[in-house]
Amino acid sequence: MIKKAPYILVLFLLILHLSGYSQDRFPRPEFDSGYVYPVDQMPNQRSIMWEYLDVAMLVAALSVTSWLALKKRSRKGLIWMSVFSLAWFGLYRQGCICSVGSVQNVSLALFNTNYSIPLTALLFFLIPLVFALFAGRVFCAGVCPLGAIQELTGIKPLKLPRTVESVMAAVPFIYLALAVLFSATDSRFIICRYDPFVGIFRLDAPYTMIVFGVLLLLAGIFVNRPYCRYLCPYGVLLNLFSRFSHRHLTITPAECTNCRLCEDVCPYDAILPSDNPAEKEDKTISRKRFYLYLLLVPLFAAAGGIALFNLAPALSGMHSDVRLAREIRMEKESGIEAVSKAAVAFKEAGNTEEQLFKGETAIISRFRKAAPWAGVFLGLSLGLALVSMATRTRRTGYAPHRGKCFSCGRCFRYCPVEAPKTV
Amino acid sequence: MSKEKNKYQSRRDFVRNTGKALIILPLVALPVALARKTSASGYVWQIDPHKCTQCGQCKTHCVLTPSAVKCVHAYVMCGYCDLCGGYLRQGVKTISTGAENQLCPTGAITRAFVEEPYFQYTIDKELCDACGKCVLGCGNFGNGSLYLQIQQNLCANCNDCRIAINCPSDAVSRVPEAVQYIPKDKKQGSE
Repeated sequence: MIKKAPYILVLFLLILHLSGYSQDRFPRPEFDSGYVYPVDQMPNQRSIMWEYLDVAMLVAALSVTSWLALKKRSRKGLIWMSVFSLAWFGLYRQGCICSVGSVQNVSLALFNTNYSIPLTALLFFLIPLVFALFAGRVFCAGVCPLGAIQELTGIKPLKLPRTVESVMAAVPFIYLALAVLFSATDSRFIICRYDPFVGIFRLDAPYTMIVFGVLLLLAGIFVNRPYCRYLCPYGVLLNLFSRFSHRHLTITPAECTNCRLCEDVCPYDAILPSDNPAEKEDKTISRKRFYLYLLLVPLFAAAGGIALFNLAPALSGMHSDVRLAREIRMEKESGIEAVSKAAVAFKEAGNTEEQLFKGETAIISRFRKAAPWAGVFLGLSLGLALVSMATRTRRTGYAPHRGKCFSCGRCFRYCPVEAPKTV
Repeated sequence: MSKEKNKYQSRRDFVRNTGKALIILPLVALPVALARKTSASGYVWQIDPHKCTQCGQCKTHCVLTPSAVKCVHAYVMCGYCDLCGGYLRQGVKTISTGAENQLCPTGAITRAFVEEPYFQYTIDKELCDACGKCVLGCGNFGNGSLYLQIQQNLCANCNDCRIAINCPSDAVSRVPEAVQYIPKDKKQGSE
């Protein structure tokens, strides 16, 4: 290594020298023949109007889906809506920008000064949430192209055990917290990075993306909508907003007769049975449990905050500058040569190591500030989930779980109750 | 019994309404908070040719095949050399258009005689796959008039550009939609 050092040094100097003098090595010729300099054509991006058209399409699609789910009560209509959304937002507009990913743009814009969010991205983030407040998760039912492709391929639904279902339901929360954290610190957009279906929409992607997407689709034949249920970070927000929705899809068009025909048809385990008076628990026990869980909420939040505070340096490795700084430091400390392309480019560019390490410290301290909030969010979610498990809602009929229900309309045809005739 | 039920009902209503208010609040606050940081037009991705190190990852990391990045030619910077570092392989025996002499793996550069001793080099963007070999060659031995740019009509404008993630020199970044290209020419120099 030491023997080679002078040669390496000379090579570096040569590269620096060359990059410094790469221009005007040969003077521009003076042509006698009246030669005209051609100009390389630089075609522009297609007009921004297309993106505004997408927003209009989003509003229209959401309105139609709400009508189909709540008023018309037509599963067939919802399926056609899915086909349309898959065709337009997915295959034609190629799935970018989507509401799911817009979470990151919002977070990037909120916490960074040098990025201002495109209005279309902000609208794509807000509009489905507003619709969720009025009509439940109609965005999932027939507008989201990611949901649509899974809805159309989920042909043989199986039910998963409750425990699996509830454990897996935690994953989207973690995904959302990390996605917001990484985009707020300007590290990476992980939702886009691990988008399963955009490669299928474009018929062009790195093979890992295609493999992941196809596997999800295959699994989705039996376990419907695996991405929506166990991964989708935007679904967390929709779930939350839908719980407080003004109106929501109903299983029965009139009064529920508790015939139990719809009990097992929901592949998402989103149908809540009516209360069984025989199963009524002792009040004092349930109340005790409720208060215990309520006490646990701040504890969980604090624990989450502390845990993520300590994980911050590890998480900051998502930022490319931190990774580069670590590689360079490793080279300095243990003599393992930094050979990654980033390290080579760093050496060629001639920035000082102090600058790099200073930047690294700044990024890590940003993570130290931001990560605890992600932890608090996760702890709060877990705590509130427990609390909601300890509360008992009174239901006289079968009703969809407003948070979990995708408004897919599978349950409509199982309800024998006739809709009241309106004249 | 009915009284008790009512009590429950009102408590439930209270929780529900508080929850609703808590949830609507950020929904309203968000556009207000972002009011100043919203732009009507969007962003596009572009390569800063002055930062680019021609590592070749534009070819391999774009989600599109072939990559949306293409080589472009700043003719005003070109030396119109006969012995072109971007067109010819190093150490060629004859300076000719023979395929064995060409540096470009896809033969995307055409060489045309202008006048003694000058030659014009044109990039066929249909053939170019953004490997950056010619850019490196021109930068090392010539004026550096060849450079890589994301072709905006091809770019899918991903929310998170995969080339930007992998670019070792941070040359790929969001630029306002009005900019679209970062051209390289004599006047701009290193901007």
